[in-house]
Amino acid sequence: MSDALVRAEGLVKRFGRAAPPALDGVTAEIGAGMVTGLVGPDGAGKTTLIRLMAGLLAPEEGGITVFGFDAARESDAVHERIGYMPQKFGLYEDLSVAENLRLYAEVRGLPAAERAAAFARLLGFTGLAPFTARLAGRLSGGMKQKLGLACAMIRRPQLLLLDEPSVGVDPLSRRELWRMVRELAEEGIGVVWSTAYLDEAEGCDRVLLLSEGRLLFSGPPAELTGRVRGRVVQVRGIAGGRRAVLRRALGKPGVLDGVIQGRHVRLVLGADAQPPVPQEIGAGPEAVVVPAPPRFEDAFVDVLGGGPGGVSVLAGRMEGKARSAAHVIEARGLTKTFGGFTAAREITFAIPQGEIFGLLGPNGAGKSTTFKMMCGLLTPSSGQALVDGVSLLEAPGLARARIGYMAQKFSLYGTLSVRQNLDFFSGVYGLTGARRKAAVDGMIETFALGPHLSASADILPLGFKQRLALACAVMHEPAVLFLDEPTSGVDPITRREFWTHINGMVEKGVTIMVTTHFMDEAEYCDRIALVFRGRVIAIGSPDDLKEGVRGEALPDPSLEDAFVALVERDGNGDGGKSAAPGEAA
Amino acid sequence: MPPALRRLLAIMVKEGLQIVRDPSSILIGFILPVFLTLLSGFATNLDIKGVPIGLVLEDASPEAQSLAASFLATTAFKTRVGRDRREFAEDMVSGRVRGMVVIPQTFSRDLAQADESVPFQVIADGGEPNTATFVQNYAQGVWFAWMETRAREGGREFAMPVNLLPRTWFNEELLSLASLLPGGMAINLTLIGALLTALVVAREWERGTMEAMLATPVGRFEMLAGKIVPYFLLGMGALFICLWITLAVFGIPFRGSIPALMAVSAVFLLSALGLGLFISSAAKNQFVAAQSSILAAFLPAYFLSGYVFEPSGMPLPIRILSHAIAARYYVSCLKTLFLVGDEWSLLLPNMGGMAIIACVLLGLALKKTARRIA
Amino acid sequence: MTLPRVRALVVKELLAVLRDKKSRIMLVMPPLLQLTIFAFAATLEVKNVDLAVLDNDGGKAAAELTQRFTGAPYFKNVFSLQGMGEVAPALQNERAMAVLVIDQHFSRDVAAGRPARVQLLLDGRRSNTSQIVQGYAARIVEQYSRDLSDRYGLAEPPATLVARNWFNPNLEYLWFTVPNLIGMLSMVVGLIVTSLSVARERELGTFDQLLVTPLSPLEILAGKTIPAMVLGLAEGFLIVTVAITLFGIPFHGSLAVLAVSLFLFMLSVVGFGLFISSLCNTQQQAILGTFTFMIPASLLSGFATPVETMPQFLQVISLANPMRHFLVAVRGILLKAMPLSTVLETVWPLAVIAVATLALAGWFFRKGLE
Repeated sequence: MSDALVRAEGLVKRFGRAAPPALDGVTAEIGAGMVTGLVGPDGAGKTTLIRLMAGLLAPEEGGITVFGFDAARESDAVHERIGYMPQKFGLYEDLSVAENLRLYAEVRGLPAAERAAAFARLLGFTGLAPFTARLAGRLSGGMKQKLGLACAMIRRPQLLLLDEPSVGVDPLSRRELWRMVRELAEEGIGVVWSTAYLDEAEGCDRVLLLSEGRLLFSGPPAELTGRVRGRVVQVRGIAGGRRAVLRRALGKPGVLDGVIQGRHVRLVLGADAQPPVPQEIGAGPEAVVVPAPPRFEDAFVDVLGGGPGGVSVLAGRMEGKARSAAHVIEARGLTKTFGGFTAAREITFAIPQGEIFGLLGPNGAGKSTTFKMMCGLLTPSSGQALVDGVSLLEAPGLARARIGYMAQKFSLYGTLSVRQNLDFFSGVYGLTGARRKAAVDGMIETFALGPHLSASADILPLGFKQRLALACAVMHEPAVLFLDEPTSGVDPITRREFWTHINGMVEKGVTIMVTTHFMDEAEYCDRIALVFRGRVIAIGSPDDLKEGVRGEALPDPSLEDAFVALVERDGNGDGGKSAAPGEAA
Repeated sequence: MPPALRRLLAIMVKEGLQIVRDPSSILIGFILPVFLTLLSGFATNLDIKGVPIGLVLEDASPEAQSLAASFLATTAFKTRVGRDRREFAEDMVSGRVRGMVVIPQTFSRDLAQADESVPFQVIADGGEPNTATFVQNYAQGVWFAWMETRAREGGREFAMPVNLLPRTWFNEELLSLASLLPGGMAINLTLIGALLTALVVAREWERGTMEAMLATPVGRFEMLAGKIVPYFLLGMGALFICLWITLAVFGIPFRGSIPALMAVSAVFLLSALGLGLFISSAAKNQFVAAQSSILAAFLPAYFLSGYVFEPSGMPLPIRILSHAIAARYYVSCLKTLFLVGDEWSLLLPNMGGMAIIACVLLGLALKKTARRIA
Repeated sequence: MTLPRVRALVVKELLAVLRDKKSRIMLVMPPLLQLTIFAFAATLEVKNVDLAVLDNDGGKAAAELTQRFTGAPYFKNVFSLQGMGEVAPALQNERAMAVLVIDQHFSRDVAAGRPARVQLLLDGRRSNTSQIVQGYAARIVEQYSRDLSDRYGLAEPPATLVARNWFNPNLEYLWFTVPNLIGMLSMVVGLIVTSLSVARERELGTFDQLLVTPLSPLEILAGKTIPAMVLGLAEGFLIVTVAITLFGIPFHGSLAVLAVSLFLFMLSVVGFGLFISSLCNTQQQAILGTFTFMIPASLLSGFATPVETMPQFLQVISLANPMRHFLVAVRGILLKAMPLSTVLETVWPLAVIAVATLALAGWFFRKGLE
């Protein structure tokens, strides 16, 4: 690329001498007039690279130039020409929309004469015009994101750096943001978009795929996807449990990777491998194998050498739960108000034993509020949240001993070692003596935590943190498991491993309730409740929801398409105009 | 308008809006100063009166009765009379009395012949040295006055060859409040300058707004100046609130001039802001920022400034250390402005001391304010 | 309440503080450093006083008197002024704390046996200091008077009281400051350990994790209280040990009695800490809350100024202040060998405070912050 805006050459950056490098020998270029995706799981080095481009960090080795200026030494010249939106959008929450815009206009030296025109253009572009007087802290996630973008491009930069702009944003707003970014790229601006969502990579013109500080791939996404072309199949028409089918399929030689996709199972095959015969993996007489278009994630897993296999050692150790026909989890007209604001309104659903039930929705939609009421962490303003027929809020410890809970960001005790965390959770769940020892040892063996036992939880690699968090949540063999955003930002291998365990436990009769704003994760669920603006707008299996919106315009809708269509059908066409402020804690 | 000035103004406006809208700014900037001034005005009183003592009257002679009456008459003591010293021994331990006056059986006999020694005893509770000194001095005063009256009644007159006539300037009634309250204003401005600013900057790091600002053309000087000016004004506002309470509620005199007070406070505020900005440029989260500013700003201002405790009574290393505390100079200026007046020969050197500290701290803050994240 | 669950909580809590080297250091170093600095700084003693002398007389007696002042240990820098005009500036710009003005006829009056007069002008800005300096000066002058009476055979003035002080015969100020600091610094540690630990768990999301486990509110409360008590008591005894070895403060009372009162004190402090933290969502709120509690608690404790001199309504408020009760006990135990019965009479309100604050904290834990 001759017209590259950014050139990075052998970048190395470490934080702390002992830590592994955050960036390890990255050489890359960013072009004008296109969207470059900076793709990879959390901890891959995306933010470090973007900060190096913004001249906010100095590289340890190698060099980086932006518009020909050394980004580290001539950062002033770089700052004149770029727009940068950090994670959390860089907004002053105590300032209104207009005040934030005015501040950024002034610090970026927008001439006063151009101000009115620029504000009008940006407010129109982002749809924020009706909300200029609202405090930024009171905006919804999607609105914050748009305002952050408006602030970053107040002076029409030549290079726009966006660090994880789509985290916590609803699919509608995400689509609008993409539309805006596309427009900018067409005007000749170079856009860098970092994301942990692999499905977003496919929308980029070029992709830099990062993993553990190394650049795995650089080029158009189709080029990477191309390496698995013809090797992706879907097993359709499955009779019986698709989780068991997936487990058996992953056991077959030649199957590199597999995930559940609604009622189908999606498989990635090794080079020259034949797809398994459906009947050999117990998919039933009707089942067929059909080719499927490859996705970016398939290719990424392929690059990493395939998924983790389908057998959960954890589930293997568990005893099957006694079956019962009663609903294990039930929400009856749950409503929660904070002051004058209704975070959740009239939420009703019932979950039978052995089901994975998902609450899907953007941040601030009310799914966390609902989730917390179900776990007994919040008192409903009205309605009932029942687990095994009792409310956890009033339930004695005995009822709470039947549930497991894994929070967002893995709520482990960071300063405690792995073993101390395990000891602690076994202790508070009342395990004693031989049972306690067996449980702790079992978890160490199951999750291969042995080598890390004396390491602080804080310094564990992300994948091990995830394992430890799951181990702490399930070591008392709960009958019900609550998972809050369990795998957001986690790399695809770890995510697969996680869901393998969950699938295994479900087969043993454990009931799972999970919140997510992540469409791929929702595909694992048996049923989903779509939560939007404090209400459940649809409940059904992922396929039912997709089916419900199939039509001329959408012959093969994705779950995200279904979400967007259902929200629009609900009569709240524009997520940005939502009156919901940020979700209260 | 040059772009740098526009940027500076924009940041100042932003900070101003944030001060008005943030509860912790209002807590530290307005509520704490008022609360502290009122509380210290009512609570910190070094003027002792009504100290409980026990009077053991073993002698029933008229002389002994008369001396006892003198003790009972003074308001400095709350005197309880007993017959046996054992009655009070336990109260001395529990602190219910702060001293004992023992008038023994031998009192009248010894009084007649003694001129070398006092025929009774005063025992104070040394557990609180300040109160003990007070009890001893006051008992001495009662004894002298009683003897004098007795001598005069007996037609004798005795006079000391040399008499000391003490006179206190500036604070004629020796009200401790008149010297404590002005000093307390230094504590309030320290809180605003150091604690609040440190918290505010740390919050910008936590929320990612600092990162967004660093990627704009804003220079570090603008960044710092944009923070200093609004918090400077906030500090001045708090100063006048404290001044008003001190004058209106507690009736402390103010003999200096407002311009001099503003000039002195301006220099002090700069040093406090410098400290706050320096702390926050090193500590990027609010917890560490709060802890370090309490440790490095509040506690020294409280203990080493001369606000309550006199630096001259401290050991040399601590006295040297106290010279690095801007509050020390400021407390001295404040007391002078309230009780003496615009005494420039004192104000100027102190302002010089504060100015040097302010320059060092602001310079360090400027140097440490990164244009980069790590 | 089951023992294993509480034990798991206690172990976790202690490990969380003690496992990290930095937090171990933070627990030990600042209190000891503060103890050393503030023990010397928090003194109302007066030394190194600057004294100016205006000798309008120039005679022998005047020189003798000046000599007495120069020789006294409290005055560091005694210098002479040349005329009345220099008096005001010397006081105003704090070159002198006090000015001794000797009358023109001083030596003549002394020689003639007439009552002679000297003036002492004091700087009232430092009200406490000037009171004390006045006392020093009065003693010097009185002693000089007595010597003169002896020399010239004049009528003796009444004898001076011989100061007798129990518990602290030489009125060592450190003996007062250090026991107070024991109370104050243990309180700071106790508060920080408790108020921040819950807020930190809230921020990290682990508190929710605790609430969904079978732990009852009582168990969580116990799990937070016991480790804080262990740390607070250890800290308290560490400070006591240092106070006694480093500063040579006498320890006349019994260790057991000290342990009892320290235990009750820490319990009430921990109660306050947990109560504050149950009201706070973030560490920042917790630290500001702790700070806002600390200031009145130390002002109304009897450390800086005696409680008896405060207005009635503040004396009533101060009854809720754990420091107020504990400081009386700790000074009593160290210096006065206060027996258990008297200590209990003094510190029983601590038990009431502890029960009240812990109950409130427990209630707020479960009620949650919505």
